[in-house]
Amino acid sequence: MHLSNQQNFLITIVLAMCLRIAPVPYPISMVTPDWILLVLIYWALMLPYRKGVFNAWIIGLFTDVLLGRTLGEYALIYSLVGYFSIKFHKRLRFVPLIQQSVFIFACLLMAQAFVFIMETIQRPTNFTSVFWLPVITGTLIWSFIPPVLHFIRSIGRSIS
Amino acid sequence: MDQHSSRLNSVRATLSVITYPIQSLVNLPIQLFKQTLKYSVSYSKLQEENAQLKQKSLLHKTDLLKLSTLEKENIRLRALLEKSFKLGEQVLVAELIAVNQAPYEHIVVVDKGTNFDVYPKQPVLDATGVVGQVIRALPFSSEVMLITDPNHAISVEVQRNGLRTIAVGSGRYNRLNLPYLPNNSDIVAGDTLITSGLDDTFPQGYPVAIVDQFIKQPNKPFAEISATPIANLDRDREVLIAWNNAKRIQLGIENKPQPIPTPTSQTTEPLVIPPLPHPVGTASAPQ
Repeated sequence: MHLSNQQNFLITIVLAMCLRIAPVPYPISMVTPDWILLVLIYWALMLPYRKGVFNAWIIGLFTDVLLGRTLGEYALIYSLVGYFSIKFHKRLRFVPLIQQSVFIFACLLMAQAFVFIMETIQRPTNFTSVFWLPVITGTLIWSFIPPVLHFIRSIGRSIS
Repeated sequence: MDQHSSRLNSVRATLSVITYPIQSLVNLPIQLFKQTLKYSVSYSKLQEENAQLKQKSLLHKTDLLKLSTLEKENIRLRALLEKSFKLGEQVLVAELIAVNQAPYEHIVVVDKGTNFDVYPKQPVLDATGVVGQVIRALPFSSEVMLITDPNHAISVEVQRNGLRTIAVGSGRYNRLNLPYLPNNSDIVAGDTLITSGLDDTFPQGYPVAIVDQFIKQPNKPFAEISATPIANLDRDREVLIAWNNAKRIQLGIENKPQPIPTPTSQTTEPLVIPPLPHPVGTASAPQ
């Protein structure tokens, strides 16, 4: 008996959510990437027909509650990114991780831009250029995401 | 929709039942660390601390004796002036859940929610001063906006002369701005700002901040004034959620026939503090 993909998906998402809200010291907290989004992109690239836009939307809704945002903010962002990941998954699967990072950069930038727009609409904000740093760190970290998640899946597979 | 109406609150509350375990999971290592620290304190140290606390409690008790007399006197004097008197507050100890939501906001999560009858706009204090207010109450937790959040404003007055103004959060934990005071206002560095109670959220008379800078700007209508919050906003682990008894007790009506009330006995009679509908009032949280 081994863990199914559904169980692996839930485990990795919960891990990403924990990482997302983990309290980290001040300078690091400004650059922590959006772990949940990175994990979602991984699953959308790996299982595009099963972990699709709807999954991303549900996870986004939970993220909204977790982070105390307006309901639907991250749901919209994640489903958009999920859509683009599924649309390009055939091309992206066959390129090296470094090259995939370009796509990841575009996705993260779009997500952060949506956060920027929606936060600015809702209330007066004072975002500085530091706000965009998670996009860069997320892009740099992407090369490590698929190997780590493959590893977690292989552990799940070997559980008897 | 979610911002302006409360129709989606139940959806959020339901979803938060699932996200709460994740928050507790993240908080778990810190909790465990605290627990182990608690067990590893030596016996002699505990005894020493106990003795100290007993002494402190004695001192506080004598202070309270004085305070209750003063309070009664205050009530009596207010009755003479035929002004209403506002009752005190009841508090509940809540512990912070160590989670990080958005780095550009000063919002913290505490472990008491609607299961303890916490409601939005409730004032949150600590042992030294005002911390913030509840902005969202979920079933098992609630979100508290600190007074230093850029979107937070609190109505304050200068303790020395009663000058009223508004203190706006700056986005930094050690700074509040007072942007609406003219250049000639009577305020100096070192003044204590207390809540004025005019915003109907915060009870009156709690210390908020100490003015640390007053820069006159002759070319602008308002001066640039900044203050440092008194509460330990970035170091607190425990906060107090207060129930504000907004109901004012009308004084003087019962005493109209006898305008000079005899001390204590008659004026304090109608002032027996009515029990709050909350079952939580006096129960402090399990630590």
